[in-house]
Amino acid sequence: MAAERKWKLHFGPHHPSTHGVLRIELELEGEKVVKATPIIGQLHRGIEKIAEDFTFHQAIPLTDRLDYTAASLNNLGYVLAVEKLLGIEVPKRAQYLRVIISELSRIMGHHLWIGSAALDLGAMTVVFYAFADREIIMECIEAASGGRLTPTYMRIGGVAKDVDEKFIEKVKYFVDMFPEKIDGYETLLTDNIIWRQRNEDLAVISYDEAINLGLTGAVGRASGVNYDVRKAFPYSSYEDFDFEVPVGTKGDAFDRYMCRMEEFRQSTRIIKQAIENLPDGPVMADIPFLNPPQEKVRTDIDALIRRFKFVLEGFHAPKGEVYQSVEGSKGELGFYLYSDGGSKPYRCKIKSPCYIHVSALPEMIEGYMISDIITAIGGLDIVLGEIDR
Amino acid sequence: MAKAKDIIKLIQKKHKKAIIEAEEFRGDPVVKVKKEKLIEVCEYLIKEKKLAYNLLVDVTAVDFLPYKRTPRFDVVYILVSIDNEHRLILKTEVDEGEKVPSVYHLWKSANFPERETYDMFGIEFEGHPDLRRLLMWPGYEYHPLRKDFPTKGYDFDEKWDPETIKENVIQY
Repeated sequence: MAAERKWKLHFGPHHPSTHGVLRIELELEGEKVVKATPIIGQLHRGIEKIAEDFTFHQAIPLTDRLDYTAASLNNLGYVLAVEKLLGIEVPKRAQYLRVIISELSRIMGHHLWIGSAALDLGAMTVVFYAFADREIIMECIEAASGGRLTPTYMRIGGVAKDVDEKFIEKVKYFVDMFPEKIDGYETLLTDNIIWRQRNEDLAVISYDEAINLGLTGAVGRASGVNYDVRKAFPYSSYEDFDFEVPVGTKGDAFDRYMCRMEEFRQSTRIIKQAIENLPDGPVMADIPFLNPPQEKVRTDIDALIRRFKFVLEGFHAPKGEVYQSVEGSKGELGFYLYSDGGSKPYRCKIKSPCYIHVSALPEMIEGYMISDIITAIGGLDIVLGEIDR
Repeated sequence: MAKAKDIIKLIQKKHKKAIIEAEEFRGDPVVKVKKEKLIEVCEYLIKEKKLAYNLLVDVTAVDFLPYKRTPRFDVVYILVSIDNEHRLILKTEVDEGEKVPSVYHLWKSANFPERETYDMFGIEFEGHPDLRRLLMWPGYEYHPLRKDFPTKGYDFDEKWDPETIKENVIQY
């Protein structure tokens, strides 16, 4: 039946499968999507503006609230950008701890994705298994930092505090048991006929188009773009670890799923290497203008004065501008900092991966059915806290 | 990974007149070009095989109002070359009320970032297909990331007046 009328439909912002407050304005011919316009900004909190009023150190907790499914990765991106601006070196133990925490966060982010994406398509079992395992990671992160969802573990020059035996035991237990669990997820989804039929050949993006649209992370890699910030611009000792970057061929939603499943395994591999080779030493760079360690503050008057100065007025960063990015759980997460020589970031721009992915949504879903939008959004793995900032 | 100095030299060789200043900071090249030559330089950055900046990561701006600088804004483009694995911070200067040529036809990923820069700083991009507000709502009068905009906003602690909202509601 040829459609005579075009329909306008507002998809979201309260639709459960938009994973937040994303609104898409759809133009429909029957059930076919002719035109899609994503409308964002309903979770806009002005984090970039607030960061301009805070000192460099005070702005760290704000970054937790970007991608709250993998909060430590945002912390890492921000502190690395400030460290690059200051030109300081971080002790090896702190770098390894950062790698462990950020890879645990990546797995946490993927857990939320696999649970909710499968739930959107009616596969209810996956979410229970995924969240049970996510709980174990949360306990690991709690043992290290005291926080669960928004730990704020990273500091400029290192990490908040050293880890104890309990944390190492917990991470080792997780690393040993997790590969089996990934196989478990795969038995639920990879050969599931409904999952395959709904994901295969959907929202296809070619190699050239993926680069032109700026897709990074698992979404870009599914289209064959072999770009991983951990490999291209190694940070925080990632060059020490042996891991592979999974790359897809077709660029459809199913390839994105397969890429993320492989990332589960590779992240576990990195954590295993890091926890086994964890070097001894301090976890905070000993630099005069940075926060001195807690034990020193209690015994040394000089350290106490330093602590006061650090909290009250911060430190003055050199004039200049840097861009530093990390491989977030969704894609390239970057921080552009402009400093005018003061103690506050003059301009802090956050480049979030999901933001770019949402802008590419019309290219993905135009021409498909309305129910395919849910699958496409599930495959993109968007978090609105990061998009609207 | 090519060195930042080599990248700057390569761009300087071809576009000497377009460059206002070029420096290396913390290992990344920072190049500022004239607004009129922006598209020409961008096309060169994509085509030149030694550079091949095929990924536009972000577009943003910096406001220099407290420094009373003219032109007032810096528009910043962050570029990455996937094949050669190096970055570039490309900048251009623009004053209030002036327009910058859009790079949407070169990199489609400039779509949302350019809209956001327009929304937050009021810098218009010439040639952008759909230049509307992105994060703030349509009809909003201010540009929040400008330095003369208070962090609290102008309507902080004010009573909410439904009449003002009614004017701004979009009719579908």
